[in-house]
Amino acid sequence: MNAFARIVWFVVKKDLTVEVRSLEILSTTMFFAVTVVLMFSFGLVVDGRPLNDVAAAILWVAIAFSGTLALGRTFERERHNDTLRALLLAPADRPALYVGKLLGILLLLGLVELVLVPLIGLLFNAPVIEQAVPLLLLVGAGTLGFAAVGTLFAAMLVRARSRDVLLPIMLYPMTVPVMIAGVRGTAALFQPTPDAAVAQFWLSLLAAFDVVFVILALWTFEPVMTD
Amino acid sequence: MALAAGMFAVAPWMIDAAPYEATMGLVYKIYFFHMPSAWMFLTAAIVAGVASFRLLFLKRPRADHWVTAAAELAVVFGAFTLVTGPLWARKAWGVWWVWDARLTSSLMLFMIFVAYLLLRKYGGPGSDKLGAGLALFGMANVPFIYVSVNYWRTFHPPTSVVPTLPVAMGIPLWYCVTAFTLLFVILLRLRARLEHQRARVEALYLAEDEA
Repeated sequence: MNAFARIVWFVVKKDLTVEVRSLEILSTTMFFAVTVVLMFSFGLVVDGRPLNDVAAAILWVAIAFSGTLALGRTFERERHNDTLRALLLAPADRPALYVGKLLGILLLLGLVELVLVPLIGLLFNAPVIEQAVPLLLLVGAGTLGFAAVGTLFAAMLVRARSRDVLLPIMLYPMTVPVMIAGVRGTAALFQPTPDAAVAQFWLSLLAAFDVVFVILALWTFEPVMTD
Repeated sequence: MALAAGMFAVAPWMIDAAPYEATMGLVYKIYFFHMPSAWMFLTAAIVAGVASFRLLFLKRPRADHWVTAAAELAVVFGAFTLVTGPLWARKAWGVWWVWDARLTSSLMLFMIFVAYLLLRKYGGPGSDKLGAGLALFGMANVPFIYVSVNYWRTFHPPTSVVPTLPVAMGIPLWYCVTAFTLLFVILLRLRARLEHQRARVEALYLAEDEA
């Protein structure tokens, strides 16, 4: 294992160890995601029947909201006792630290989505099992794009004032393509006759977004995290 | 500076004079303001992105002043674009707003620069680099927003056709574009100058404290 991968692994292992011992972020984020789904359902289900495409929209809004919460909490933990400074002082590649944090967030959000997606399927009668593979790809690519931008912004904001409100302010306009692609792609899959071609288009857009923004984040992480 | 002041004095007159040369109906005249300000909005976004790149990767601290100046101008011209756009659209399309690719990407770009100003105002120390990161990401994001909204919209095409521009409108339009570009350059330079000087005053205060 080369040095880069080892640092990534150390960061992920550190985050996992802290999280497994308390389960604080995972449990609160998961419950928050479920609450978001319910709140939107009360708003958007009319006469016992959901509006068009509403299941896909609720799924992605819940991912975005709970993702913001998880990002904020994860870096709040790093700010406490100034452990992020310790991480940055370590003789390690800055991009490796970024990838480590990103993987930690992805793991966390993946677990949340493992509950969220079946819940959507259950509540809205969506074909989550029949469309499992394309849905997995869409949600995975969307979450990666969201988390790639989010991890960088949350890390940058650690030292800023009013970071709680600044994170969504910065993150949501930036992840509009993820939201549009995710919602439209998922909606295409949830139709009575799933439209694989449309879902494919949105998936490729998400993949392009992921590639561009992961590279840009790796590239930007070093200068923005240097004092 | 004298030249800048002179240009600044002339620019409002040019902007004021230009629309009256047109022989179009009253509503269409707003287009003379709308399109140049939209261009300046995009120019400001590009200037902010390039200056952010210089700040982050070439370590030029003064580039921050240009990012601030350009971001503020992006919000000003963006707000102007987004106000004049619906006024025109109400007459031309019958609705204030359509979820068209251009409209949505302009709105999102505007939101990103508003976020930038909020960050700079409330973010506290160190927000210059954060803001530069945001501006850089914002610039990279524009094509994605455009493609996604463009494709999304193809399922719901707008009900009316965007009128094409007649040739007769060309001259006053370009006149306005020139005036707006002039205004933009002057405002950008003045604003960046203000930031440069603010930084100098701060450095002098620091030197005074140490002495």
